[in-house]
Amino acid sequence: MSYFEAQGISIQFGGLTALNNVSFEVNQGEVFSIIGPNGAGKTTIFNCINRYYDLDKGMFLFRDDDITRVKPHVVAEMGISRTFQNTELFGNTTVLDNLLLGRHRLRRTNILKEALFTQSVRKQEIGNREKAEKIIDFLNLKPYRDRMVAGLPYGIQKIVELGRALAMEPELLLLDEPSSGMSMEETEDMVFWISDIKEQMGVTIIIVEHDMKLVKELSDRVIALSFGVPLTQGSPEEVLNHPEVIKAYLGEKDAFSPA
Amino acid sequence: MRFVLKRHYNEDIKLFRYRSTFFWYLGLVIGCFLLPLVLSSYFISLLSFICIYSIVSVGLMLLTGYTGQISLGHAAFFAIGAYTSSILTKTGLPFLLAFPTAGLLAAIVGIIIGLPALRLSGLYLAIVTMAFSFIVEEIILRCESLTRGNLGMMVGPPSIGTLSFDTEKSFFYLALIFLIFTLLTAKNILRSPTGRAFSAIRDSEVAAQAMGISLPKYKVLAFVISAFFTGIAGSLFAHKMTFINPESFTIAVSIEFMAMIIIGGLGSLQGAVLGAIFVILLPQLIVLTKYYVGSIPSIQAGFESGLYGLMIILFILFEPMGIYGRWRKVKFYFELFPLYKKDTFRRERKYYKMQRQ
Amino acid sequence: MEIINEILETTLRGISIGCIYGLVALGFVLIYKATEVFNFAQGEVMMLGAFVGYTLIAIFGFPYWAALLLTILLIGIFGIILERFVLRPLIGEPVFAIVMLTVGLSYFLKNLVPIIPGWGAESYGFKTPFTGRFLRYDQLVLSWENLAIILLTSALVFILICFFRFTRMGIAMRAASQNQLAAVYMGISINKVFSLIWMISAASGAFAGILLAPITFVHFNMGFLGLRALPAAVLGGFKSIPGAIVGGLIIGLTESFAGFYLPAGWKNITPYIILILVLILRPEGLFGIQQKKKV
Repeated sequence: MSYFEAQGISIQFGGLTALNNVSFEVNQGEVFSIIGPNGAGKTTIFNCINRYYDLDKGMFLFRDDDITRVKPHVVAEMGISRTFQNTELFGNTTVLDNLLLGRHRLRRTNILKEALFTQSVRKQEIGNREKAEKIIDFLNLKPYRDRMVAGLPYGIQKIVELGRALAMEPELLLLDEPSSGMSMEETEDMVFWISDIKEQMGVTIIIVEHDMKLVKELSDRVIALSFGVPLTQGSPEEVLNHPEVIKAYLGEKDAFSPA
Repeated sequence: MRFVLKRHYNEDIKLFRYRSTFFWYLGLVIGCFLLPLVLSSYFISLLSFICIYSIVSVGLMLLTGYTGQISLGHAAFFAIGAYTSSILTKTGLPFLLAFPTAGLLAAIVGIIIGLPALRLSGLYLAIVTMAFSFIVEEIILRCESLTRGNLGMMVGPPSIGTLSFDTEKSFFYLALIFLIFTLLTAKNILRSPTGRAFSAIRDSEVAAQAMGISLPKYKVLAFVISAFFTGIAGSLFAHKMTFINPESFTIAVSIEFMAMIIIGGLGSLQGAVLGAIFVILLPQLIVLTKYYVGSIPSIQAGFESGLYGLMIILFILFEPMGIYGRWRKVKFYFELFPLYKKDTFRRERKYYKMQRQ
Repeated sequence: MEIINEILETTLRGISIGCIYGLVALGFVLIYKATEVFNFAQGEVMMLGAFVGYTLIAIFGFPYWAALLLTILLIGIFGIILERFVLRPLIGEPVFAIVMLTVGLSYFLKNLVPIIPGWGAESYGFKTPFTGRFLRYDQLVLSWENLAIILLTSALVFILICFFRFTRMGIAMRAASQNQLAAVYMGISINKVFSLIWMISAASGAFAGILLAPITFVHFNMGFLGLRALPAAVLGGFKSIPGAIVGGLIIGLTESFAGFYLPAGWKNITPYIILILVLILRPEGLFGIQQKKKV
């Protein structure tokens, strides 16, 4: 019984096969990376887990529960959270509010109590803010706490999105290209944060990435895809040196030397 | 520029950011209670209408301004509230029970109208809500046994126990209390997880779902709350007018409601009230100008709708943040003086963004 | 025999009113297809067309056909002005703003009419070559007004289809409506396309207004029928020109038969019930394609 499993998932968009019989397993507490050239279907996998698309074939198992057909918000309620390739933040609210929103699945109050703003609502709000502040400290977002998200630099927005995903206290975290658009320093910070999340918070992480350095440093296991077809799975060294993978990225002949 | 040093989480959640704000609002409330002592009953009547329309405006603001769901059919909820309350009080039910029932009935219809909202957005939602409004209007017209159709219904003034609110002054106090409760409730909702969920839906449905917000539940909830407030306002409206007929609940009224929240400024409760004030006072301004300028014979009563239309156009083109937005910009200017930069609020030049890729 | 006559007459009325709805729906669809803007004021444009036509024919004494062409031209120019000054500043703004803007516009235009000297709040009529003439066959009586509407609408639709398929500008407009950026790279001026689309749409609306005038008479609430055309546009799917016409015909026929065979009041709400059903069951309409946002 593995923590998270994809079994033979396939999906087609019109004539285009985005995923073709992809299977993999993720163990609890590990970092699992999905790599592949553009169009390989990596983000599609996330979109299917999130129930943004319906799978044509196959299924997803999370701790032995079949989550292939549940409603989108139920996926989050079960403890799976994600970040998006092109940030999907709540632009018209502050960073703090975005983080507070992340805590939505943990709320225990209902609309009537909230309309009257009873003590339990107040206590919950204070609890939410404590947790949100911890995340702000962890991600160095203090200077941006009360600023509108829409005006922030792209790198900071990505960090806010990571924070929001963490606010949910997830069991499984899906990171979609966390380092895209980030500078060297920001990527290094990201690497530290992700490994802290794995080790200190015990969160299982699946990463879609292009940055091979990050993949090598962080991943316990890797799967490579090309045009929706799985090429190989295994440890980072095995996968990154696999001839098929090199061919998919670079074409024949050239040697691929991981930096 | 004032800076607030917060030491407890409680301070973050407080209703008012600065101590002084609380006192300003307190002064405002006290002032409102004192107003009837100095104003003639005509103006007090206007104030009552402002209160009633403000309640609708708050309801609509929650739905459209905060959750991003367009509704061009709120006149239907208004009508349901008005007729329910009238019919129930006629059959002997006390006002204290009639008005919540009116709100609840409107809320239930809100569920029905909210359901299409789950799959539609923006334009299509506007169209569907408009269609619903027509249908409700027609139903009210045809159920003559209940509503007396085109002939209209007479309604008595509201009474609680032995207190009858049949003077302008007493009704105004009643309406004001309703408004204050509505505002407090709305503010509480907005600073709680539900309120945040609403804004999340407005800003990014995809991300909202990814955070565990159930779109169906919250979209329908927004409609329900909005309809509930509007229904209660409708009940007050019926008892104020003492006579209602389907003419008071046409699509033009829905447009008026929309005008309120746009002119007031989307996304704030203050904007809701300001918009209501504007929309109620505008016809008075027209009457005044006619008095001074000399009447142009062909200006009809219906011209108000045209003027609301013009106001909507002007505000969307030139001041999308509404009156409240302008107020905040002015305050900001003074807070920052003399460091204010001229282009602080300039809208960035946008290029055409195709919704479909 | 009686029943067949009845059905034929009802059908004819339905088709002719359906043509009007189709024309207004066409105006909606044209603009939406190219610019993703929904012009709530299309009904009012139609109403203005009727008023201008009335002015030209009844007040200035123009002959019918000349007035028709002149009205179309004038309202077309009005459409260009609307686009330039009211819609273009709002490019890229959220849907809500644009929807409300056109709603506001429709109310403004509607209530502007009674104030303009020479016009007013009453119903006006004018003579057309078809007024009062009927086609009789045995017991069957078909009015030439209805027939004229059908014939002229078909002519207009035919011209438009040829325009979009065979002329350079038409092809350019179709390109721009499918992928604006690519159209720009191909040297198509988007501004010109927008202006032209609004002109054609306004002109169709004016055309519908003049055709409709003999039946409903010219008054400032005529635009209300524009709202009836909404179900037509929705039924056809907002992106399809033939869909708009077909949608209009269906709504027209439904309304005509509902008015004849169902109790009072149903005639008014049947189109809206259809609209709601379509939007719930098949939001892309009969001819449209479903699309989803890419994340």
